[in-house]
Amino acid sequence: MLDLKSVNTHIGQYHILQGVTFEAKPSQLTMLLGRNGAGKTTCLRTIMGLWRASAGTIRYDGREIQKLETPDIARLDIAYVPENMGIFAGLTVRENLLLAARSGPPDEKRLERIFTLFPAMKKFLDGAAGNLSGGQKQMLAISRAIVEPRKLLLVDEPTKGLAPAIIAAMIEAFRELKRETTLLVVEQNFQFARSLGDAVAVMDSGRIVHTGAMRDLAADEVLQQRLLGLSLEAHQ
Amino acid sequence: MRRHDWLPLALIAVLALAAFAFVPSTPTWLTLTIAGLAMGMMIFMMASGLTLVFGLMDVMNFAHGAFISVGAYAAASVLIQLKGGMQAPSLAENLMAMAPALAAAVAVAGLLGWIFERVVIRPVYGDHLKQILVTMGGLIVVEQLIHVVWGPDMIPLPRPATITGSVLIGDAAIERYRMLAVLVGLAVFAAMWLVLNRTRLGLLIRAGVENTEMVESLGYRVRRLFVGVFVAGSALAGLGGVMWAMYQESVTAGMGMQMMVVIFIVIIIGGMGSVGGCFVGALLVGLMANYIGYLAPKLALGSNILLMVLILLWRPRGLYPASKA
Repeated sequence: MLDLKSVNTHIGQYHILQGVTFEAKPSQLTMLLGRNGAGKTTCLRTIMGLWRASAGTIRYDGREIQKLETPDIARLDIAYVPENMGIFAGLTVRENLLLAARSGPPDEKRLERIFTLFPAMKKFLDGAAGNLSGGQKQMLAISRAIVEPRKLLLVDEPTKGLAPAIIAAMIEAFRELKRETTLLVVEQNFQFARSLGDAVAVMDSGRIVHTGAMRDLAADEVLQQRLLGLSLEAHQ
Repeated sequence: MRRHDWLPLALIAVLALAAFAFVPSTPTWLTLTIAGLAMGMMIFMMASGLTLVFGLMDVMNFAHGAFISVGAYAAASVLIQLKGGMQAPSLAENLMAMAPALAAAVAVAGLLGWIFERVVIRPVYGDHLKQILVTMGGLIVVEQLIHVVWGPDMIPLPRPATITGSVLIGDAAIERYRMLAVLVGLAVFAAMWLVLNRTRLGLLIRAGVENTEMVESLGYRVRRLFVGVFVAGSALAGLGGVMWAMYQESVTAGMGMQMMVVIFIVIIIGGMGSVGGCFVGALLVGLMANYIGYLAPKLALGSNILLMVLILLWRPRGLYPASKA
């Protein structure tokens, strides 16, 4: 589905991704874990073409995409939810959703499904997105990503700053999403990652230092400590 | 525009009422108010494209004045050929002469905008200092090219025969042309409002002003959108230019450059990137210039700067700041 090989990314004088290699398999949720500054966000942004890979290849559905422009990458049915959620605060919830539906007005059944996953979206449909709470904004960001069927969802830290109750709702929503699409999720909350992830890739200092099944990492506390260290404890 | 935020709109009424207390007679106040509104509408036409260009792509285009001048010159060229229609005592004939002139202003300014974006702006995206330098240079080059094409002298541009003179409303003499300017300005604002708030294109523009990167991540080519907005903004500047030139009854190569100070004051007051803010800002500046021009003529330009300072003290990002990611 998504295959990164020896991907390097430079931002100005900084060499952020240093030969990143991993794969997100179809119909799986792959968790991309790592300490702060490990390069997880840069990895997602490089896949989306928001930062250019200086070397290496990114293959998606068998096609190299590392030289494509961001809109062309998005049009391959890849949806991206950035760390800051990228909500258009001056638009209404409805307008945010309309904008994400490139092929016309959103399908009613699909909207109903989104409202089932996130009831707040229906309640505040005609309210300004900027007035939503942090959790509701994250729900809108994810709703926007799935307003039309997408083959691959890239989600950057969906639980960042959210209350435990909202995180529980988010876990349920991601369980639903796993049934219809492939996901690559950057996360620092290990509980969230453990309850959802099928596969895991762990980054450190711009490199992938571990790949495998999530259940294996979840079962091995020594490995968790070695790979994720203090950041794991802080987020458990 | 911030929803349900009526305070900036109320400022227009407050300014008009405050002036009412100082201007000695009601007819004079009414004349000044209509003149201020007309001036504001024309400034809005010239400034609205620039504020969108800044909001959408963060481009500081000091050459916007070139589109104002070129639009006015293009219209003047057409009107010279259609002098008979302009001087005819029939409104229909006047409008038949004006329509191709306005179309020429819009088309030539839009075409110049398209060329300008490709040649001058595109290489300097993301670099404000270079944008200021090359667009200032571009403005000077276009001004000199106007001298080459149309000559260095001012071109007189009389108003259409049926739109000259005034009508009396009570004891107040209101210039017909100013009423026309108000109507055209309102029509332009209504059209922009409808496009921005009732169409998918407008939705994209508003979203692009907030967060260009996210719009691209949703699969839209913001660069194309930007070119479209740049061309439309240039065309509007051309329309504003010809309206302003008819108001002044003359066309000069430097008219665009002269307007840039007021235009920047308006878009800063309104909140950069906000069309609604630009509209309110333009009306405030137009009214202020007319009231102060009457009450204390030497303070006219300074009064607009004072207005800008006061508004920025109240709302540091302008009246209706566009949300920026």
